[in-house]
Amino acid sequence: MKKVISANQSVSYAVRAAKAQVIAAYPITPQSSIVEMLSGFCASGELNARFINVESEHSAMAACMSASVAGARTFTATSSQGLALMHEVLHYASGLRLPIVMANVNRALASPFNLKADLSDSLSQRDTGWLQFYCESGQEVFDTIIQSYRIAEQLLLPVMVNLEGFILSHTYEIVDVPEQRDVDRFLPPAPPRESLDVDNPAMFGSTTDYYINFRYKMHADMERAKVLCRESDAEFKGMFGREYGLLCPYRCEDADLILITAGTIAGSCRVVADRYRTKGLKVGVLRIRLFRPFPAELIRAALRGARKAAVIDRDFSPGCGGIFAQEIKAALQGSGSEVLVFEFIAGLGGKDVTDTDIGQIIEHTINMSKPGESAWMGLLR
Amino acid sequence: MDGIAQIKFPVEQEELVCPGHTACPGCGAVLAMKYVLKGLGPRTMAVIPPACAGVISGGFPFMALKIPVLRIPFESTAITASGIRAALDAMGKKDIHVLAWAGDGATFDIGLQALSGAAERNDDIIYVCYDNEGYMNTGIQRSSATPEGAWTTTTPAPYVKDTPKKDIVRIMAAHKIPYIATASIGYPADLIKKVNKAKEKKGTRFILVFSPCPTGWRYSSEMTIRIARLAVQTDLFPLYEIEDGENYTLNPRRSAKPVRDYFKLQGRFRNLKEDNLKRFEEMLRKERDYLNRMAG
Repeated sequence: MKKVISANQSVSYAVRAAKAQVIAAYPITPQSSIVEMLSGFCASGELNARFINVESEHSAMAACMSASVAGARTFTATSSQGLALMHEVLHYASGLRLPIVMANVNRALASPFNLKADLSDSLSQRDTGWLQFYCESGQEVFDTIIQSYRIAEQLLLPVMVNLEGFILSHTYEIVDVPEQRDVDRFLPPAPPRESLDVDNPAMFGSTTDYYINFRYKMHADMERAKVLCRESDAEFKGMFGREYGLLCPYRCEDADLILITAGTIAGSCRVVADRYRTKGLKVGVLRIRLFRPFPAELIRAALRGARKAAVIDRDFSPGCGGIFAQEIKAALQGSGSEVLVFEFIAGLGGKDVTDTDIGQIIEHTINMSKPGESAWMGLLR
Repeated sequence: MDGIAQIKFPVEQEELVCPGHTACPGCGAVLAMKYVLKGLGPRTMAVIPPACAGVISGGFPFMALKIPVLRIPFESTAITASGIRAALDAMGKKDIHVLAWAGDGATFDIGLQALSGAAERNDDIIYVCYDNEGYMNTGIQRSSATPEGAWTTTTPAPYVKDTPKKDIVRIMAAHKIPYIATASIGYPADLIKKVNKAKEKKGTRFILVFSPCPTGWRYSSEMTIRIARLAVQTDLFPLYEIEDGENYTLNPRRSAKPVRDYFKLQGRFRNLKEDNLKRFEEMLRKERDYLNRMAG
């Protein structure tokens, strides 16, 4: 059924459709409307789940963690400071190999205070062992939540679905909410797994010198995740007619210059790329949907024919540069690729990345013979 | 109520704490675990934060407990128990006790926020704090459960702790949870009786178990029980129950002993001065009056 809903509401509908059993959450702008709606679903019985009103995000993730070890399908949503507070437990969740799904509404980290979109919150959790998706529309948010449960339960690793605060979270769009029976077919109840059991007692998360082996297994399964994500996406297409891929390329096949970004900036990039195409300049757009595991081989393939790439990061690592840019450069290292990677920091703290900004990024990339330091767009004077 | 031989009610025959655990000789905490599980029985799931209890219960692939255990973050004992309860409820699994098992550091200090959250929601868990008055697992550092006048490695002599032990029981009582008890490994029958009472109730139940630590308190390991009993006999650790935050039941008063007897057995109190002792006696008198008033 088609509904006009915000992307936050889309998350809530998806979690209802996924039949989460335990939800633990704490309010934070701009995430709160997700858990408000879910608490309503739980209270009215539309969703047969236990809703725990925890006293912090740390406890939200801790509750999801233990409920998941006990065998339940779990969900939480957070943003920014809340995600930072969860950091410790994110490691526990992946180390315990728990199929937790979480929505993170990207927001800038204090200080100074800023409530608007910035991907640095989730990218700061890059090394916690969570899969990370970055979405562009309310429909993609819905579909990615459903896909994520399936991937997480096959792989036994947690998944974080990211959507930018306000720009996406509070934008109302048409979202096709599928029939429950179709979702049930795509996402059956979680397969049984070893968990807390009084008839077969075991200890989970114990001390061990096999630590390195556990970490190696996680690494190997992260590699396998790329295959599972593609399989899941293909099967999703078969049932619902929509697919996304790990990367979303737009007119990249013959492009000389490829704009690379994540999230909503990609939409503006496509419009500007079309304009440059009419001027005879071959511009393409590559949106990175899956950030962990990083689809390096697909990125190398997508950039094969291009001479230059311009990475637009709504995030940055102080003292280094845009985080997506660093990952892309690392992916190209040793591959024989001669594509020149230009770095742009734009849209931090929810600043609009306009068509003018993107035009300037393209001009800059064309005019420079080789990459320099990352260029900052939209600094106020 | 004095010895295990005095137990005149049925207890779990199976030992749920196995031999081969790695507790120090004379460890009070492992006795606390043994007695609490005697009360709860094998249909119990536990969460344990980083603590002596975590080490004692064994490293992968071994396990000294015969109940399922989840090792959890330090500050998350109460909420992880709540999470398990929510999952069991969601999956329709009944008749299982969810035990939150933590030391005083994880309860009085780093886990207080999550404990308060669970208690305010009245989550259906049994929270047991084995109180050995400091961070013993990390090497005897002070916690907010360390009493005034005690040496620890972070309150080194002669600059011993100069503030009193936090009153966690009054904090929990303020949450008006269904059941609170103080108990001691020196009186196992009383302890198991209180566990039995707790498990018949619903909601958040909190039991503080006095668990002396020979390593951290600087006494010889064969004196653990004697010291545990002296703490009760001197009124330093009174035994009582609070139901619904207001109904107090005090255990019958033991033959009163001077508080000096308790301190002189432990190296950690070597720096205690006469005026410390006077303040202690005054404090204990006030606490006794308070409890008597509350018990009516």
